Amino acid sequence: MTSLSSNTLSRWSTDELLCWSLRGIATIAGAIVILIVVFLIVEALPALQHVGLLRFFTDPSWHPAEGLYNLTPMLWGTLFAMTGSVLIATPLGILSAVFCHYYAPLILARPYRRLIELLAGIPSVVYGFWGLVVMVPLIAEIQPPGPSLLAGILILTIMILPTIALMADASLANVPQQYLRGAAALGLPRWATIRGVVFPAAKSGLFTGVILETGRAIGETMAILMVSGNVVQTPSSVFAPIRTLTANIALEMAYALGDHRAALFVSGLVLMAMIVALVVSAGWISRGRMYG
Amino acid sequence: MAETLSRPQNPREWLALVLVWGAAGLVTAVFCWLLGDIVWHGLSHVSWTFLTAPPENAGRRGGIGPILVSTSLILGVCLSVSLPIGIGTAVLLAEFTSNHSLFGRMTRRSLDVLAGVPSIVFGLFGNAFFCKTLGLGFSILSGGLTLACMVLPILIRSTEEGFRAVPTSYRLSAAALGLSRTTTLVHLLLPAAVPGLLVGLVLGVGRAIAETAALIFTSGYVDRMPESLLDSGRALSIHIFDLSMNVSGGDANAYASALVLVIMLLAINGTVSWLAIYGLHRKIVAA
Repeated sequence: MTSLSSNTLSRWSTDELLCWSLRGIATIAGAIVILIVVFLIVEALPALQHVGLLRFFTDPSWHPAEGLYNLTPMLWGTLFAMTGSVLIATPLGILSAVFCHYYAPLILARPYRRLIELLAGIPSVVYGFWGLVVMVPLIAEIQPPGPSLLAGILILTIMILPTIALMADASLANVPQQYLRGAAALGLPRWATIRGVVFPAAKSGLFTGVILETGRAIGETMAILMVSGNVVQTPSSVFAPIRTLTANIALEMAYALGDHRAALFVSGLVLMAMIVALVVSAGWISRGRMYG
Repeated sequence: MAETLSRPQNPREWLALVLVWGAAGLVTAVFCWLLGDIVWHGLSHVSWTFLTAPPENAGRRGGIGPILVSTSLILGVCLSVSLPIGIGTAVLLAEFTSNHSLFGRMTRRSLDVLAGVPSIVFGLFGNAFFCKTLGLGFSILSGGLTLACMVLPILIRSTEEGFRAVPTSYRLSAAALGLSRTTTLVHLLLPAAVPGLLVGLVLGVGRAIAETAALIFTSGYVDRMPESLLDSGRALSIHIFDLSMNVSGGDANAYASALVLVIMLLAINGTVSWLAIYGLHRKIVAA
C-alpha cells in the first residue's frame, strides 16, 4: 500500500494536526498491553516480596488462608487440559479444513464453513453450561464423579476447534493452484496430493493455527471452570477433577485479600507470560500480522 | 479438483476419505447436539414476559429484563470508548504510517499480544485499574471500559483491512487534485472503508456480549435494574454462569437465557457474513 509520506505531498496544517492526534490515539491503543503488565506486576508485588517466587512452586499445598501458595497443581491442570485438547482438536480441525477444500461437494462446503464460523461465535459460558448439563452426567455414568479433566479436555476441544479449522482453512486457500494442477498432472491421488503437496505448502499457516488454539486453550476460563470440578490437585487420571490457573483466579478473586489477592495476580502474570511467548513464536513463524 | 480426481483406489486413500468425512460428520453432529439441546430446552421458556420481567428468587423464576438493560449499557460504554480509539488507530496504521516504521511495528506487535491476552487477565486488570485505582468500583462503567480494551484488536484489524481495500488510485487522484489528506480521509476513504468498519464493529459486539470472565470482577453480579453507569449490573453471560453454577434449580431459566444469547450471536454472525459478501466485495462506493 502506498503510504503517502506525510510531509512531501501536503502543506495543510489540518493534516499535521490530524496526524499527531491519530498518533496520540494509537499510542493509547498500543499502551494498553503495557498498562496491563504494569498493573499485574504492581498488584503481584506484595506476594513476590512476602512469599517469594520460589515458594509458589515448593510450598506443600495451595491453602492461601494458611499462607501456603503452591501453584503447581493448577499449572499441571492447565497444561494437561491444554495438551489434551490441542492433541484432539488439531487433527480434527485440519481434517475439517481439508474436507471443506478437497472432499466436500460445493453444496456442502459452504454451509460447513458457515457452521464452523458459528461455532467460533458461541460464547464460552454457553459451551460450559452445555458441558455441565449434558456432558458431565454422561461422563459420570462411565466413571464418577463426572466433573473431570476429561470433561475439561472435551469442552476445550470443541471451543478451540473453530480456531484451528478457520486458520487451516485460510492457509489451505493460499496454496497456489499450479501446485494442485502439477500434482493432478502427475496422477497423484487425492490424499497423496494433500499429504505430499498441500500440507508442506501450508505448513506455516497450520503451525500458526496450532499456536493460536493453544493460546485459547490456556486462556479459557468459564467453560473449563464449569465442567472440571475445581479440586486443587495434580490429576491422577482423566476422570479426576482438576482446577486450572484461570479457574482459580475466577473462583477466588471474589474474596481474596492481601497476599492471597496478590498471589492470584502472580498467576495472572504466569498466564500473561505464556501468552506473550506464544504470540512471539507465532509472529516468528508467520512473519506477518495475525491479530484478531 | 473434486471433478478431476476419480474414486480412491488404494487402502490409504480410502482411509483418508473415511477419516475426513468422519471428522466433518463428528463436528457437525456435536454442533447440532449443542444447538438442538439449547433450543429444545430453552424455547418453551422464552416469552415476552421473560424478556422484560425482573428475575425473582435469585433467578429461578422471573425474567431477564434488568439483565438485558445492564448488558446493553455495558456494550454501549464499551463501544463509545473503543470505536474512536479503534478507528483512529486503524486510520493511522493503514494510511499514515508505513508498515516498516518502528512506531507501526511496535503498535502492531502490542495489539497482537493484546488479542491473545486471556479474558480473565483482562478481568484482573480491570479490577485493579478501573475499579480500584480509578475508584469506579464494581460498575457498568468499569465493565464496559474493560471490554473496550478487549475488543480493540478485533476492531482495529477489520477497520484497517477496510482501509486497505480502498484502491490506491483514490489516494493518488485526491493528492493530484490538491486535496488535503484530512479531506481525502473524511470524504473519500472513510465512506469507502465503511464495510470493513462495520464488520469490525459487529465482530467486536459479538466478542463483547459473549464475554463472562472479564466482567465478573468489574461489572459485578447485582441483578437489579441499574440506575446509573456507576451501578453494578449483571451481564447476560454472567447470569447464565450464576444460574448454572450457584443457583440450584436455575437450569430452566439458564437454558432460556442461553438461547437468548445464542440467538443474539447468530444474528450478529449473520450480519457479518452478509456484510462481508455484499459490502466488502462491492468495494467501490460513490463518494
